[in-house]
Amino acid sequence: MAVIKSIEELEKIREQAKDLINLRKDNETKTRVVVGMATCGIAAGARQTMLAILDELKKRNVENVIVTETGCIGLCKFEPLVDVIKPDQPKVTYVNVNEEKARQIVVKHIINNQIIDDWVIPNI
Amino acid sequence: MEIYRAHVLVCKGTGCTASGSENVMDAFQKEIDKRGLSKEVRVVQTGCLGLCELGPNVLIYPEGSYYCRVKAEDIPEIVEEHLVKGRIVERLLYKEHLTEERLRALTDIDFYKKQKRIALRNCGLINPEVIEEYIANDGYKALAKALTQMTPQEVIDEVKKSGLRGRGGGGFPTGNKWQFAANAKGDIKYVVCNADEGDPGAFMDRSVLEGDPHSVLEAMEIAGYAIGASEGYIYVRAEYPIAVKRLEIAINQAREHGLLGKNILGTGFNFDIFLRLGSGAFVCGEETALLASIEGRRGEPRPRPPFPANEGLWGKPTIINNVETYANIPEIILKGADWFASIGTEKSKGTKVFAVGGKINNTGLVEIPMGTTLREVIYEIGGGIPNGKKFKAVQTGGPSGGCIPAALLDMPIEYDTLVQAGSMMGSGGMIVMDEDNCMVDIAKFFLTFTQDESCGKCPPCRIGTKRMLEILERITNGEGKEGDIELLENLAKSIKASALCGLGQTAPNPVLSTIRYFRDEYEAHIKEKRCPAGACKALIHYEVVADKCRGCGLCVKVCPTGAISGERKQPHVIDQDKCIKCNSCFDRCPFGAITKA
Amino acid sequence: MEMVTLTIDGQKVEVPKDSTVLEAAHKANIRIPTLCFLKGINEIGACRMCVVEVKGGKALQAACVLPVSEGMEVITNSPAVRESRKVTLELLLSDHNLECPTCVRNLNCELQKLSEELGIKSIRYPGEKHAPRYDDFSPSIVRDASKCILCRRCVSACHKVQGVGVISPNHRGFNTVIAPVFDLSLAEVACVNCGQCIMACPVGALKEKDDTDRVWQALADPEKHVIVQTAPAIRVSLGEEFGEGMGAIVTKKLPAALRRLGFDKVFDTDFSADLTIMEEGSEFLERLQHGGKLPLITSCSPGWIKFCEHYYPELLDNLSTCKSPQQMFGAVAKTYYAEKMGIDPSKIFVVSIMPCTAKKFEAQRPEMNSSGYQDVDVALTTRELSRMLKEAGIDLSKLPDEEFDDPLGISTGAAAIFGATGGVMEAALRTVYEVVTGKELQNIDFTEVRGVEGIKEATIDIDGTKVNVAVAHGLANARKVLDRVKNGEANYHFIEIMCCPGGCVGGGGQPILNAEERWAKDYREVRGNAIYEVDRSMKLRKSHENPAVQTLYKEFLGKPLSEKSHHLLHTHYTKRPLYPEV
Repeated sequence: MAVIKSIEELEKIREQAKDLINLRKDNETKTRVVVGMATCGIAAGARQTMLAILDELKKRNVENVIVTETGCIGLCKFEPLVDVIKPDQPKVTYVNVNEEKARQIVVKHIINNQIIDDWVIPNI
Repeated sequence: MEIYRAHVLVCKGTGCTASGSENVMDAFQKEIDKRGLSKEVRVVQTGCLGLCELGPNVLIYPEGSYYCRVKAEDIPEIVEEHLVKGRIVERLLYKEHLTEERLRALTDIDFYKKQKRIALRNCGLINPEVIEEYIANDGYKALAKALTQMTPQEVIDEVKKSGLRGRGGGGFPTGNKWQFAANAKGDIKYVVCNADEGDPGAFMDRSVLEGDPHSVLEAMEIAGYAIGASEGYIYVRAEYPIAVKRLEIAINQAREHGLLGKNILGTGFNFDIFLRLGSGAFVCGEETALLASIEGRRGEPRPRPPFPANEGLWGKPTIINNVETYANIPEIILKGADWFASIGTEKSKGTKVFAVGGKINNTGLVEIPMGTTLREVIYEIGGGIPNGKKFKAVQTGGPSGGCIPAALLDMPIEYDTLVQAGSMMGSGGMIVMDEDNCMVDIAKFFLTFTQDESCGKCPPCRIGTKRMLEILERITNGEGKEGDIELLENLAKSIKASALCGLGQTAPNPVLSTIRYFRDEYEAHIKEKRCPAGACKALIHYEVVADKCRGCGLCVKVCPTGAISGERKQPHVIDQDKCIKCNSCFDRCPFGAITKA
Repeated sequence: MEMVTLTIDGQKVEVPKDSTVLEAAHKANIRIPTLCFLKGINEIGACRMCVVEVKGGKALQAACVLPVSEGMEVITNSPAVRESRKVTLELLLSDHNLECPTCVRNLNCELQKLSEELGIKSIRYPGEKHAPRYDDFSPSIVRDASKCILCRRCVSACHKVQGVGVISPNHRGFNTVIAPVFDLSLAEVACVNCGQCIMACPVGALKEKDDTDRVWQALADPEKHVIVQTAPAIRVSLGEEFGEGMGAIVTKKLPAALRRLGFDKVFDTDFSADLTIMEEGSEFLERLQHGGKLPLITSCSPGWIKFCEHYYPELLDNLSTCKSPQQMFGAVAKTYYAEKMGIDPSKIFVVSIMPCTAKKFEAQRPEMNSSGYQDVDVALTTRELSRMLKEAGIDLSKLPDEEFDDPLGISTGAAAIFGATGGVMEAALRTVYEVVTGKELQNIDFTEVRGVEGIKEATIDIDGTKVNVAVAHGLANARKVLDRVKNGEANYHFIEIMCCPGGCVGGGGQPILNAEERWAKDYREVRGNAIYEVDRSMKLRKSHENPAVQTLYKEFLGKPLSEKSHHLLHTHYTKRPLYPEV
């Protein structure tokens, strides 16, 4: 283990360590990403989708996002389904989210606040 | 660092460990590994969540779902449903006592709503064995602030201004204590943490040490900086093996990270902390006895003055604070004295942790702002009295405290109000009693404890409490005499005035407060040879009400001494000579045909 | 010294800053009752008898440990204070074996005295008493826990004064008992039998093993020739038991009293003290001149010997091989004296009157039988002799002066000073100097080794040879000297160690002084001064000038360190364990 020799180093460790407990704190103020993970979703590749989201969040060092899963909402043909719920904003549901789409959702919607209209669930 | 989408927090405090959280945690890890979720879901051990009654307790984030009485067999289901499919397993969720409504998030339940967690801020949130988790939640930030932005005197002034008072007993202002030690002359000074929590039923300090050991270490370092000490000792009960282990881990991690030792954070400040294990003498919680024990002598109090701030450990200026007091310090330094002083009441600032037990639904650990009423704690947080029984009294302050009656339930919890009521804050034990508790018997219970734990040094405590106990035994055995109450009062008054240490001086409190509020119960025992609560065995006997008895024979089956007999479908009778008054028949009879009086 | 002024019961008192309230009250002649307090030894505020009210304070405070402060206002006799003291005392009495009339400390008991002083009329809080334990396995000391009030005075004496520490509080609360570890007997632990615990005890919880019955029996036995020897320190202490002042000299009353008790001959341990100097002085010279083990350490004090055997076995070779004067006396009595008088030694019964409880242990050591019999049959303490005299109706102070018997009653001033710390050293130096130099000492008073200072050091020039000597009394002081020897920090040639504070005048068998008397006067100094007065009044003051000793060598032993001397007057030591095997 490294010796912390200064206040700056302590702060650095704190920054790195934040993610350790981030998930357990102030979740109501965070963006929620909900991946449909029922049998249908998993069959359609929802697990890879979710792992891609997690990976992208980590790569880009994004905080205040929680990734969670949900069961079948009955729209099996659109699976994998991903909801993005920003605090104080309506839920946005993306359909047929593969790994590549997932990464873009992270970059565009979650980080840059641009909803990718093309992938949003059609009004059915 | 990996990002996990979910954290499974398993309470590994003493209570939940005892109810099997070790197995629960293993089962989670296995199941998660088996399903290949180990990169997404993290299993974390934490300290006490408070509701020990319902252990083993499990929290799953990000939802904050609170599962209780979780067994290893439940784990595959929780993993499958909650962690894979995102469906909360409702049957295991904490059930709100009041409404029977199933709630999902921890912060939603009444038990937590009225609480404010400062000392317990990290308990149940972080893994106490991982220093990074403590650092992540602003750990050691207060130390850094003190060392680089504050002078020692400014630290002391901040603590003084916060209004923090000792959480271990008498409630002496912490900042003043630090000031005395800072002013005392001497090159060598010590910082001591009193973790010899010994009140029956109390486990506030244990929970802090188990759930958040670093906060105590950090606070002791801040104290060391404030008074000019470079060594600290934690005197912790050997009966707290988990706390001891977590402290050892924490000290080692802090040393490895250079947060203990020489030149801390490059500031030139040196401080190290050592553990000393106590082995079960209650009196060692008294500060001078504790110091004697650390020095390797018999744990016995000595008269003060000199106070430890001037002559403490090995004769050097020493500050002694208890665990909970220290746990508040980093937050005070970080968020400021004004923030802390804004919580609580005029003379009692901040929060207080209580271990709530006895005749109450939610037994466990609660941290409330000072000034919360007893009623709020007992009925709103504690969920009231079980089995529809009537509240009779609440005992605070452990063996040094007293019993507070229903008439004072709306009293705000503060140092001074409790003392006025004949009790005290103490370290935070809170035992609720209902109509089945005999107050003379309760007084006897506490006196038995203090009498047993007296160090034996001064006659008022050694012999005086013995004599008081003998009188109480006489009364509860139906041999009380006219004048016994006055004898008790007189003896109690003298012991309070003349005993050597705080333990002796407060030992009569349970007796005095029960006489004050429940004198009629004493009188019933003495004059009518009757125990109104039906608790004193010598004063009750059981009888079968012939009209109600259907001769079912259930009482015969449960009676351990064969004292009940009777023909089937005929009224039974109890042989009083054989009856040992175990109450089994009374509990078992479906027809209420057995009376006790 | 910085002074502070405080008010006690309305009276202004000015005392040094580091005083206690008890000391301040003492100075103002305000009496505060005490029980556990023993000045300089036990100041722990445990018994709560000395509680006082301090203005502004909540609880009552123990005056004995309460530091004074400027402007402090103390009340020592308010109703609350008096009631508190009474309750505390009643509690102590309720837990005390109240067999006062049959107690060895009857009428000399601080608890009894306090009860009378505080006007205790009844005990309002009777109840169960703590478990009685009676330990009489030690040949020297008896512990009676039924009378113990847990004041800890004995514990402090054992730990602090003697550096032994074999008794401490065991268990806790109501079950607390002062005892050796694991409730063992004193006989099973590294107790040195010094009896300082008895001297400290305010009640009858500690006492000497009473051997007076055996002496009464011997005296009543017409077949027995019962002789008695009296140690040097008895002559300055026995008087205290008969109303004489502290340190009163009763040398000539002793033979009168002992004869009236019925002893056949009344002799003096001083005789064998002179003999000891001849042997030990010669041994020192032998070691000094022929490269023997140095420093030589004196061996007269049996408490010290047992201490050395337990705690410093590596220094056993430094001990003089000389038996103590008590044992030399016995050996000579049952050989030389028996032969000279034509008495069958098996009929001789030797009683010694000693200021010491350790002498009882010494007398029954199995190796102390070189005469063919147990050298000394019974060792009585000063207190036991006093009890015998009282029982026989003999009032010491009303007796005529008489002399000790010939030949074992002849002695010198050098022997008398064996009773005080430094005395053995001084007596040895007087003889060694003259033997080595052949010249007469101009000034025989070696004042540098006298007095109550814990450790005394001196360098004596003996005809060009510098002899470094050290004197220690009280085993805690002895420890310091011995540690210096062990660590090579000191270059002593000759060391005198006396087990008890002040030497034998402060022995564990001496009249018991209560805490107040001990505070008022330093008994070590008063009795010690009396010893030196005895010395000054003697015609002969050097051991080698003792004519009876000279005759003994001429007629029987030959010369010091002769084979016969070795056989009868010297002994050996045994390493003893530090901790009991349990």
